[in-house]
Amino acid sequence: MANVITATNLAKRYTIQHLARPRYTSLRESISDEARAFFRRALAGRPQADKRVNEEFWALRHVGFSVAQGERLGIIGRNGAGKSTLLKILSRITEPTEGRIEIRGRISSLLEVGTGFHPELTGRENIFLNGAILGMSARAIRQKFDEIVAFAETERFLDTPVKRYSSGMYVRLAFAVAAHLEPDILIIDEVLAVGDAQFQKKCIGKMEEVTGAGRTVVFVSHSMTTITSLCTRCILLDGGRILSTGDPSKVTAEYYQRGYSGRGAELIPGPETAGASSEVAILRRARLVDRERKPVDYVRRNQKVGIEMHYEILEGGYSFVPNVHVFSQGQCAFVSTASHGSELSPGSYVSLVWIPENFLNEGIYIAGLALSSMSPVRAFFYVQEGIMFNVIDDLNDPSRNEYTQPVPGLVRPSLEWSTEGASGQKGVQ
Amino acid sequence: MSNIDHQELLVLEAGRTERHYWRDLWRYRELLYFLARRDISVRYKQTVFGIAWAVVRPLATMLIFTLVFGRIAKLPSHGAPYSLLVFSGMLPWFFFASALGDTSNSLLANGNLLSKVYFPRLIIPVSTVMVPLIDLAIGLALLIAMMAAMGYPPTVRLLLVPAFILLAFGAALGLGLWFAAMNVKYRDFQFVIPFILMIGLYVSPIGFSTNVIPERWRLLYSLNPMVGVIEGFRWTVLGDSFPPRFEALLLSAMTVAILLASGVWYFRRTERSFADVI
Repeated sequence: MANVITATNLAKRYTIQHLARPRYTSLRESISDEARAFFRRALAGRPQADKRVNEEFWALRHVGFSVAQGERLGIIGRNGAGKSTLLKILSRITEPTEGRIEIRGRISSLLEVGTGFHPELTGRENIFLNGAILGMSARAIRQKFDEIVAFAETERFLDTPVKRYSSGMYVRLAFAVAAHLEPDILIIDEVLAVGDAQFQKKCIGKMEEVTGAGRTVVFVSHSMTTITSLCTRCILLDGGRILSTGDPSKVTAEYYQRGYSGRGAELIPGPETAGASSEVAILRRARLVDRERKPVDYVRRNQKVGIEMHYEILEGGYSFVPNVHVFSQGQCAFVSTASHGSELSPGSYVSLVWIPENFLNEGIYIAGLALSSMSPVRAFFYVQEGIMFNVIDDLNDPSRNEYTQPVPGLVRPSLEWSTEGASGQKGVQ
Repeated sequence: MSNIDHQELLVLEAGRTERHYWRDLWRYRELLYFLARRDISVRYKQTVFGIAWAVVRPLATMLIFTLVFGRIAKLPSHGAPYSLLVFSGMLPWFFFASALGDTSNSLLANGNLLSKVYFPRLIIPVSTVMVPLIDLAIGLALLIAMMAAMGYPPTVRLLLVPAFILLAFGAALGLGLWFAAMNVKYRDFQFVIPFILMIGLYVSPIGFSTNVIPERWRLLYSLNPMVGVIEGFRWTVLGDSFPPRFEALLLSAMTVAILLASGVWYFRRTERSFADVI
């Protein structure tokens, strides 16, 4: 397939003037600084370096890649790795400082859901405005209008100002417009992380449909699940450089291995940890333990392993059900909940779940840690990417039968097998 | 989609002035329309008097100016009702002032768009200049009613009004491009512009006719592009007792042309860094 995007030696430099300084300057500062510099130079009789600290910051450096037609390229990396800068350059919002990009075909970018939505305008007016901002012609919008409205499920509120919309409706309408863009290349930043689960599913379906039609998608996300399920190739950025590129499940595994998710086999939630607390309960710590309940950071496939959750109950009166959500290769491998809830009074508790030996596959696993109640269904804490651990396999494991390649599958349970002769025939040797 | 080789090639490189800029601008003309429509429909939302403001503001200012310049200062009106003299100057000025003020702030007001979507940045100031045309149209209707009531029936000269409005449009856009671009980097202009507009209100021939300006200063005075606009406007309304001076018009038109050309030049030179600075 021909390349539709070719980027060579891309770099972007930002100049930060003195950390505390605002990004915009006032004319007075510029004039007075220039004047001061002028006099200094004049008095010194020779050029003198400006004293002002101009800190240079390379958001991207030596970045080169290409994207073929119909590919879905994922871009991952921790915050500040340069993902957004890369998308901004691709979408022509900002210029590269160095390097060159060649793009073939009509390109549209979606760096935010509902860019340019005006709260005072009605849903109908905003569809046209937002469509035009994203580069759709009025004719194309009119043609797709009914589809957009149906997709957003906001028929009844078309003539209501969007400031009266619930945030869910707002986001649905905004995404619906974007989803009906028909560029050759679509650039998306994390916009799928909106709406409820059902709507997200719909969005992902729409994205697949879009690429099915031969379109190319470049996609930034923090959700490894979305990356692995949606993308055909993935780039890992770190410190403005490409660290690795290739198959999404491999690259996301590398992301985790390098601890870029900020997770290891032990988690002590801080204020930045999303979902770790509510007014009812707080997750204090979680870790991986071996059969002696000593902390470990990896596990052999033929050993059983436990996940411990240390938490504090602040408010009793619920039937608490601890549960773990275990992910691998960006997909949910399994969910396990305690078989019955416990009525706990305020205090500190530890819940432990054992994952049996010969059950997990080799590779990286991520466990989401949660404490819920089932009636009503509520999560008191849920840290989605709580702890991460590696499962290593022995190539001599009997269940491999001397097969040395990776075995596919999210889990690889050792099951009971038997083989016997059919219809009474005896003696399989 | 099928034949990729026939698709246009877009090259992004540092310092590369985009070759397709003007074609892109044409492609995005609908955005121009939708942005202008947004600003128009939002303009008087959540105000009690709504669009009535478009009538009240110039009328009230006209009354005060008529009182101050006509009654108290007793400036000559060459036989025309002083209120008409003032109003015919006030209309183009009000248009110019709100167009310039809004345009200068337009990039800041749409900062979110600048940092999230690509489109030729010129779209924003251009769409903003168009918004006060609505107020102007309402003012014109009012003016024509006043003319009829005061015994100055509209003549064919009124057909020339669009030409003078175009001149005012150009002046507001040219200056507005400078200010809008500079405003992104130097927020001082938020304070400079209202100040300039306030001075302009008294310096331009709104409350008086240009005849009160001494002959030898008139040419210099006409460097203010609004002088030509207002003179022309007044002539279309009040007739030959206010003949437009050709050289004033020419000078105003030249000033506007220079402002426009340099405004576009400066804007295009700086627009690439808007998203980084705003």
